[in-house]
Amino acid sequence: MSELKIAPALEAEHQTHTYHKTYFGFWTYLMTDLVLFAALFATYAVLRDNTWGGPTAGEIFSMPFVLTETMLLLTSSFTVGLAMLAIRSGKRALALSWFIITFLLGAGFLGMELYEFNKLVHEGLAWHANAFMSSFFTLVGTHGAHIAVGLLWMIVMMVRLAQKGITPNDVRRLTLLGLFWHFLDIVWIFIFTFVYLMGAANV
Amino acid sequence: MSKPETRSAGHDHEVTHGSYISYVVGFVLSVALTLVAYFAVVNGWMTGWSVLLFVTALAIAQLLVQLLFFLHMSQEKRPRFNLMTFGYAVMVVVILVIGSLWIMYNMRYNMVHEMTPEEVEQFIIEDEGIKYLENDQTDEHSH
Repeated sequence: MSELKIAPALEAEHQTHTYHKTYFGFWTYLMTDLVLFAALFATYAVLRDNTWGGPTAGEIFSMPFVLTETMLLLTSSFTVGLAMLAIRSGKRALALSWFIITFLLGAGFLGMELYEFNKLVHEGLAWHANAFMSSFFTLVGTHGAHIAVGLLWMIVMMVRLAQKGITPNDVRRLTLLGLFWHFLDIVWIFIFTFVYLMGAANV
Repeated sequence: MSKPETRSAGHDHEVTHGSYISYVVGFVLSVALTLVAYFAVVNGWMTGWSVLLFVTALAIAQLLVQLLFFLHMSQEKRPRFNLMTFGYAVMVVVILVIGSLWIMYNMRYNMVHEMTPEEVEQFIIEDEGIKYLENDQTDEHSH
């Protein structure tokens, strides 16, 4: 079977088939990741009032700071889409510049998040302060860890793009990276809404 | 007439794809929904349950916007396996989150802090408007 000669047309069809399977496989991974986040959201929703006499969600977050974070991530989700458009029309330099902008926006987001974590820890509100802080750090930290992985992946893909150009395999990988990045922004919408907005609204 | 045929080869290779316009529309709508939710809370347009429902509705609207304009889910060809797995994941998410809140709310209600079991029972009887008969109540306490 391994010596079977595949005609170019069949080869192309085989590649398309692999591409669809890979896309579906990665999508299924994202759906399981969604369930992981749901468990963390449920934990946060249950524990957020258990502050053990400490400050509540409404008292510790700076809303303009969080809005800036949100806008950075949202813009990066937009620019990664533009990068994928450039990839599909074969414009390597344009795609690379959009990926660099996406990377900088993502890194800015992660930097702001780490700054917020650091500030909370120095105020004596680390993850071991109370059940509310534990669930907060676990939920937001898990999202941040995903962002960090996405940024590493983006560095690898940018280097490949600069060295090898747009190859069919890399188009597939970049599509998955774009999907991953959009997914992380969707998760953030719910963190922004349920952790920060509802915290500030005291509901 | 030959144009759709030549395009279809390249077209099939892509799973789903967007256009420049779709990304711009998705981005503008997402920014607008984020800002409305933000100012509704920060400027205190409403309070209590209404703000909770309002920002939740806006978050779901933004989820749909991004699924359509960034992930192009409406373009998927049948059978729509991505949509099916997404639907299943949403079902699990809803059961997990609503179920946890429901169970924990009931547990908290039945185990109100800093009350003796008798006080908790009295609290529930009064809160739910249940009136035991005199001998029923003494019967209850003797157990």
